[in-house]
Amino acid sequence: MSVVRKLTLVQAIQEALELELARDPEVLVLGEDVGRDGGVFRATEGLLDRFGAERVIDTPLAESGIIGTSIGLCVAGFRPVAEIQFLGFLYPGVNQLLAHAARYRNRSRGRFHVPMVVRSPHGAGIHAPEHHSEAYEAMLVNAPGLKVVIPSDPYDAKGLLISAIRDEDPVFYLEPTRLYRAFRQEVPEGEYVVPLGKAAVKREGTDVTILAYGAMVRVALEAAEKLALEGVSAEVVDLRTLNPLDLDTVLESVRKTGRAVVVHEAPRAVGFGAELAALIQERALVSLLAPVQRVTGFDTVVPYARLEDLYLPSAARVIAGVHEALAF
Amino acid sequence: MPRLTIHQAVTERLEILAPDGTLDEAMAPSLGGDELVTLYGDMTLLRQFDDKALKLQRQGRMGTWGSLRGQEAAQAGLALALGADDWIVPSFREHGLQLLRGVPGHLIYAFWKGDERGAALDPAWHCLPPSVPVGSQHLHGTGLGWGFRKRGLGTVAVACGGDGSTSEGDFHEALNFAGVFKANTIFFIQNNQWAISVPFHAQTASTSIAQKAAAYGIAGVQVDGNDVLAVYAAAREAVERARSGGGATLIEAHTYRMQDHTTADDAGRYRTPDDVAAWAAKDPLARLRRLLEARALWDDAREAALLEQVDDRVEAMVQELEALPPPSPGDMFDHVYAQLPWNLAEQKAALEKEVAA
Repeated sequence: MSVVRKLTLVQAIQEALELELARDPEVLVLGEDVGRDGGVFRATEGLLDRFGAERVIDTPLAESGIIGTSIGLCVAGFRPVAEIQFLGFLYPGVNQLLAHAARYRNRSRGRFHVPMVVRSPHGAGIHAPEHHSEAYEAMLVNAPGLKVVIPSDPYDAKGLLISAIRDEDPVFYLEPTRLYRAFRQEVPEGEYVVPLGKAAVKREGTDVTILAYGAMVRVALEAAEKLALEGVSAEVVDLRTLNPLDLDTVLESVRKTGRAVVVHEAPRAVGFGAELAALIQERALVSLLAPVQRVTGFDTVVPYARLEDLYLPSAARVIAGVHEALAF
Repeated sequence: MPRLTIHQAVTERLEILAPDGTLDEAMAPSLGGDELVTLYGDMTLLRQFDDKALKLQRQGRMGTWGSLRGQEAAQAGLALALGADDWIVPSFREHGLQLLRGVPGHLIYAFWKGDERGAALDPAWHCLPPSVPVGSQHLHGTGLGWGFRKRGLGTVAVACGGDGSTSEGDFHEALNFAGVFKANTIFFIQNNQWAISVPFHAQTASTSIAQKAAAYGIAGVQVDGNDVLAVYAAAREAVERARSGGGATLIEAHTYRMQDHTTADDAGRYRTPDDVAAWAAKDPLARLRRLLEARALWDDAREAALLEQVDDRVEAMVQELEALPPPSPGDMFDHVYAQLPWNLAEQKAALEKEVAA
């Protein structure tokens, strides 16, 4: 019998880790401060006490070391779930992630594979210092062999993380930092999966499709609420997995509404929105009533706390993007 | 306030078989005559296997090849010291080690001819595919040896690299993790004095690589890397240490890269013939042959027979290499993910249509 409670997103992540550690003895959790401290956001709270230091491992402070040794642990048959404390600190681990973890299956023609998950906070909005607010998903999606997942609410966070841990390919699991404790949602106890590669229509509509992921889904939903007041019916699609992309759901929605606005907080140039816009015009041009609009972060370094809110796409900017599409 | 000594380290160098064939009997590992002859045969195989690749490259039948010439003792001595269950984590100059550990020679050739099937290594061979980004493989060796320790196994992982790889940050992180988690890992560094054009003294201000082990709380030793018995003895000691839960060892095999960095390099631009000649006098094969001859285990007739046998074996590898059917164009899509996603399926179909047209 599944009991439903209201959990925050970070609690849902902790619960997914706890369930998977209990289910599969090969699952390990490792990273900086994930043990005794329970993670700087408390995503791994209580796991050390329950599973011990052989399975919940405080590592030395070294991103390349965390990801690189996880590859070796995979060859030894383990399923490591590695934490990178902030996405802005990923760069030292990029060589191990992109040059090795993502390519091991291909390099060995399938003889070896790396079923690891790398978890990391994603995006801005918590007024943190420099390098704590980055959104690097485009770089990750550009790497063949890696899957990229990003939930937007606690229910999906739990189900997607369980799917990611059970997946046979390396999965980068992005956790929207500003959503960790932003709201609670009903989350069933016990195991369930949300499949990778499946988008979700979070709100149905007929006039325009807003495509978003992670923290921007809430912004898109807020915009849709306000648009409804002016008589505009907006559909909000939460991509949930960026690679592999659920293009069918995207195209089905765009063909219905005839307009698309893509929203992300990462910089615009060569961002994920550019790929979405290209795919939509390649495959649904005749359905389009307007050019695909992009509402994104600027092509700047994400500013520190005092200007951060001006950088992030807001509901007002999403509404403006929708107006552009409607006015074309 | 006093100045206290908080750490002192002594780094040893092991030499057993001198270039003139003289053996330090007290230090010598207990290897019988048959084993010594086998070692000599192994080293001869590596030299011929390597020579053949260089010849094939000149004939346009091989891609870029990084020669191991001069490093036969390092690779053969290590190979002999490992047990059947142990694993190797090679970089791009460990062809000899791979071969002696059971990777089919034609696959090693195929990899360097530009064919991914050459890295499709059966896990039963206990060898990871060669790692090209310098030094990055050390962390895989740490993770693998750490995993063995976690499982309570005595199995050992050997991460291989050159002197240049010890300047990479990953070398530091790998030794640090291995020290902290007491990984069943051996870091086997063939210090062949050159990282392409940069000599060892410009790579580090350390006297040796071996001494760096002390900073990570693991064992470290330098060996004469052209002395197969010293390499074997040091590797045995490291294997026993790891098997018995004593943690990781850094072995520096002090040797020399007798050839260009790869067939795409010209070492004449940065080093002198005298330098190379000095090391030619320390040749690893010649000194073992002298020992075998002194023990009446070797003569010209046996040498001729060995060379013929090895040539036949290498020739068979080349024939197998060249008999490989061309790779199927669709192969490039099939192993990116466990299941082919829609975008790769579309691209694969498009390529196959293009090729068929």
